[in-house]
Amino acid sequence: MAQGAAVAKPPPGRTRAPRRHGTGATPRRLPYLLIAPAVLLMLGFIAYPVLSVFYYSLQHHNPTKPWRNGFAGFDNFVTAFTDDPQFWSTLGFSFQWVAVEVVLQLLFGLALALLVNQTFVGRAMARALVFSPWAVSGVLTSVIWVLLYNSQTGIARYLADLGLGSYGTSWLSDTGTVFPAVVVAELWRGVPFFAILILADLQSIPKDLYEAAEVDGAGRLRQFLHITLPHLKDAIILSTLLRAVWEFNNVDLLYTLTGGGPAGETTTLPLRIASIAVDSHDFGYASALTSVAFVLLLFCSVIYLRLSKFGGEDK
Amino acid sequence: MSTKEAPAAVAARTRAAPPSGAQPAPPHSGRRRRRAWDEAPRWQIYLPLTLYLLFTIIPFYWMLLFAFRPSGSTSLVPWPLTFEHFDKVWTERSFALYFRNSVLVGVFSLLMTTVVALAGGYALARFRFRFRRAFLLALLCSQFIPGALMLVPLFQIFAELQMINSLGSVIIAETVFQLPLSMILISGFIKNVPYSLEESAWVDGCGRFRAFRAVVLPLLRPGLIAVGSFAFVHSWNHFLFALMFLSNQEKQTIPVGLNTLMSADSVDLGALAAGGVVAAVPVVIVFAFIQKWLITGFSAGAVKG
Repeated sequence: MAQGAAVAKPPPGRTRAPRRHGTGATPRRLPYLLIAPAVLLMLGFIAYPVLSVFYYSLQHHNPTKPWRNGFAGFDNFVTAFTDDPQFWSTLGFSFQWVAVEVVLQLLFGLALALLVNQTFVGRAMARALVFSPWAVSGVLTSVIWVLLYNSQTGIARYLADLGLGSYGTSWLSDTGTVFPAVVVAELWRGVPFFAILILADLQSIPKDLYEAAEVDGAGRLRQFLHITLPHLKDAIILSTLLRAVWEFNNVDLLYTLTGGGPAGETTTLPLRIASIAVDSHDFGYASALTSVAFVLLLFCSVIYLRLSKFGGEDK
Repeated sequence: MSTKEAPAAVAARTRAAPPSGAQPAPPHSGRRRRRAWDEAPRWQIYLPLTLYLLFTIIPFYWMLLFAFRPSGSTSLVPWPLTFEHFDKVWTERSFALYFRNSVLVGVFSLLMTTVVALAGGYALARFRFRFRRAFLLALLCSQFIPGALMLVPLFQIFAELQMINSLGSVIIAETVFQLPLSMILISGFIKNVPYSLEESAWVDGCGRFRAFRAVVLPLLRPGLIAVGSFAFVHSWNHFLFALMFLSNQEKQTIPVGLNTLMSADSVDLGALAAGGVVAAVPVVIVFAFIQKWLITGFSAGAVKG
């Protein structure tokens, strides 16, 4: 949303700036020279790689098995869809992961934003503290939660001391508890994102709307449903979409916290791709999976924006 | 990945926004606003807030506890204080080396991102040129391209450029993914500097470049500091590129070092926690130092454009 606003206004610049001595470049060429480094970098390291993913998805390409390299047609895709049970399970887990994380982060983030939007003593401090995990990296989050979840010295041991649960509980290695465990760790880091965005948007709601509603006798719940939520709608749609894409691609935390385990229980599709790339170097197959992920992301984003009627009913 | 920066901008703006009757009210607030919205009973605020604060803070505390507590201790306060874990992680586990690499990656990504984004941002803000709209569209679309899915193709490119195992590969990758948002932000900052200021410098005989350096650049300082610090923190935190492109242990960065500690057969929790603190300290320092600049930077209108 920040970008959108920055872009909307046409520049005050002119088609031709007056010619100056000593500038080296003529003003007509100057803008192109100025954006050239950025354009070159983005062509070389974003556009070209994206295209090459599609190219390699049609190739057998594995530096450790060079004798098999060559054109593969749709072999890689056929393997993924028909011959790789892990593909479907990782895809399923990806959706589960994204849905659960985004919904919970949104709900907690909304609640937290409403909370710190209230007037109370110590608000600035409270905001700084509850927003702080936002700056923490995925790997550092893993470090912290590995310490908390450790079966011998983690929080479980102290809970057992208090009579809650049993000694030796290892949440991360039990297939029954690993999902809630990673969800909580990611929530810890992810809720502030929504809280920050929603708080910013909350502050742009004109105060007199609430005053008018109160005059009309609307209670807090009705004010929330009829003023706050409609106002937040676009921000919520956009932030959930960005977050869904981001959570789908977020590999750092799962890679370091569970490594996709136990028993592949927490492997998302991008995590699988990253593991193939890092460990087995089957780049052709990884590229095919990447293409599938690209297409899936694009498809889901478009559907989501259509369904949610982003930007109002102006069709 | 770079989508992460957007809320930062907003966060800064949020903090910068005048606290509408927040904090202990100033003396002249005789006119207390009577909004049902504001009148939630105190416990309805403090109870959930305290619970959430505990959820936020306990994990941080846990890391500090393990980092400063002697191994084998089960006390819930880090006392007696010990630095043995830091010693160990810094020398035995080569965190001194990782730290140096991470600083290099962070600083060079910061410089490259800022310089390239400054040039591009100036062009976007001050000129209309062909392909300007297409370029802007490309910048926005690139926000949706996931870094994690670019691992394989980028690896192949860097392999061809003979840059695997050189910090340069990670620096370039980080820069490229920071660029779009940084450029959009910086062009917003530049638009906020009146064009007439530059023009009057030309009248005084400055060339375009000198006018920019003398007039515009000083006004951009807060914004540049904000953009640069995000670039630094982002590349400091980033894990996958470093993991993939730097297999040589001497070239690895702190997140990769942390991963190595975590995936060891028997994890040394004290060392791991100390490593985590080492990873967190620069981020905390950067945010503490630049907070003032961030507020001015973003409230100066990156977002309003």
